[in-house]
Amino acid sequence: MSTENPANRNPVVNGALKLYVVLAYLFVFAPILASFVFSFNADRFPSIPLGGFSTEWYRAVASDPLVWEGLRNTLLVGVVVSVISTVLGFGAAYTDYRYNFLGKQIYLALALLPPTIPVVIMGLAMLAFLSRVNLSGDALAVIIAHVVICSPFAMAVIRLRLSQMDPSLEPAAWNLGASEWAAMRHVVIPFCRPAILGALFVTMAVSFDEFAIAWFVSGLNETLPVKVLGFLQGQVSPRINAIGSFVFVTTMTLLILAQLLLGRPDATKKENAS
Amino acid sequence: MTQDPLVSFEGVAKRFGTYTAVQKMDLDIRQGEFLALMGSSGCGKTTTLRMLAGLEAPSEGIIRLSGKPINDLPSWSRDTPMVWQSLALFPFLSVIENVEFALKMRGMGRAERRARAEQWLDRMQIAEFADRNISQLSGGQRQRVALARSLVVEPQILLLDEPLSALDAALKVRMQSVLKQLQRETGITFVYVTHSQSEAFSMADRVVIMSRGRIEQIGTPQEIYRTPRTRFVADFLGSSNIFPGTLQADAQGRAAIATDSGTFLLDGQHGAAGQAASLTVLDTRMQVHEQRPAPGVNAVEARMIGEEFTGATATLYFETPRGQEIRVQKSHEDLADLSVAMGRSFHLSWSPADSHLVHE
Repeated sequence: MSTENPANRNPVVNGALKLYVVLAYLFVFAPILASFVFSFNADRFPSIPLGGFSTEWYRAVASDPLVWEGLRNTLLVGVVVSVISTVLGFGAAYTDYRYNFLGKQIYLALALLPPTIPVVIMGLAMLAFLSRVNLSGDALAVIIAHVVICSPFAMAVIRLRLSQMDPSLEPAAWNLGASEWAAMRHVVIPFCRPAILGALFVTMAVSFDEFAIAWFVSGLNETLPVKVLGFLQGQVSPRINAIGSFVFVTTMTLLILAQLLLGRPDATKKENAS
Repeated sequence: MTQDPLVSFEGVAKRFGTYTAVQKMDLDIRQGEFLALMGSSGCGKTTTLRMLAGLEAPSEGIIRLSGKPINDLPSWSRDTPMVWQSLALFPFLSVIENVEFALKMRGMGRAERRARAEQWLDRMQIAEFADRNISQLSGGQRQRVALARSLVVEPQILLLDEPLSALDAALKVRMQSVLKQLQRETGITFVYVTHSQSEAFSMADRVVIMSRGRIEQIGTPQEIYRTPRTRFVADFLGSSNIFPGTLQADAQGRAAIATDSGTFLLDGQHGAAGQAASLTVLDTRMQVHEQRPAPGVNAVEARMIGEEFTGATATLYFETPRGQEIRVQKSHEDLADLSVAMGRSFHLSWSPADSHLVHE
């Protein structure tokens, strides 16, 4: 790709920058990797040398009905949240794309605000509000709370895609006889499809490993991350490593899928044949 | 030629806030003609086209299509397909799906619309690309897809918004003849927006020149080139030398115009003496002499300040002692007899018959 002349680079700076990147990644991933490695370790306590390969902790986790319940809650919440957040996010992004109105800056700021609020405050506020309307402790409470923090992510992803759309594309559809709804269905949504799928995965990933707010509002319908905290408080068990690795792999898979979809927007070309 | 116009603008104006994009305009577009709307950016030509397509609503006035007012008709209910400057092809659809789009929106069955689309791909000579993605096509091929996509509904009128601006020069000329031929064969009325004089003049039956939201002149390319009606048109075309001045009669009572560079005779064109006007002379109608020419022609002395070689012709630039620039276009044969040199003084002359008068 780049045909830059190597003479224009300082080898010392170049090497230092490479080292810096490696160290930064190590700093981020070493603990996760350790957790991953120890989840397959036969020993009761995490120590070196390793005691030998074992899937016993995964089996222990898999045989725990509480874990399954948490997983079920997590998945249910994740799927519902991703769908609702993406629909809301699309609506908000399209509003921003299509219309100009008084107070648009305020509208945008408010729409993108939730992820910037500290989660503890958000969790407390949600708990206070939802318990007043008798929803606290319900899976619905977690869904509502997660939609609030996930929608802005969906909006941001879809808004970026809409900003890449030729502004003549939608009018061109009207010009060719498509009503506003038909243009939405046959032009805007197909154009945004990679971003819409990306938003589904990103919001699912955010919901999947969000802990703090779920902890406040979930009550008995604990999601998996909340359950993990429960384990930690009770006993230190390598089962936590097993669950952590599972959650990590799931989240990463969702994010990588989203990245693939968003990174190659033109890869989705032909599945749209009427 | 006395048939009713296909489109008529009756006192149509368009304002955006306090900005007036199109001032009260009357314009008839005839059935089957190739009409070019020409002007520099911001002159209101694209706004006019967008009002016709229903993308902008007129602030006042009525637009009629086949006699019926269409002001309140949404874009999708008008049969006014448009070829966009950006082409606006649907990137997520294949070539043939792009062409089928309008038919699909009209509820035509799958087999029938595919057949119709294939005919148009064939006609535009892009049948082999039917299943390609838009991103795999060259600029010229995309152009043809855009044309096929708009023409597939076989409309009465086709709107084109500077569709050739993204092409390189050679391809532009090719597409111009494709467009002209297509218009002649189909008999569809073309309304073509452009800022390019060569595009407008080479294709259009009639040209509308616009400036600051107003129509400056409507006419055939020949009429506009030979007899620009206003100072603006003469300036815009850039092929005339313009001498602003005041009308008067000379000693023998012949019509003349007094300008900064001298008093020049006119040929039968009259106005009240004392009236302000501008004399225009086409740069191809001016002669260059080394000696003062015989009386009876208009002449002015000027110093040569530049020469521009453009292939078949060369353009010479002169400056009068009063600082007015004069352009003269000459073929190489004409230049051979002349010892042109920068800084030398020459006599430039033209016949009163080549004088043309414009009012502001």
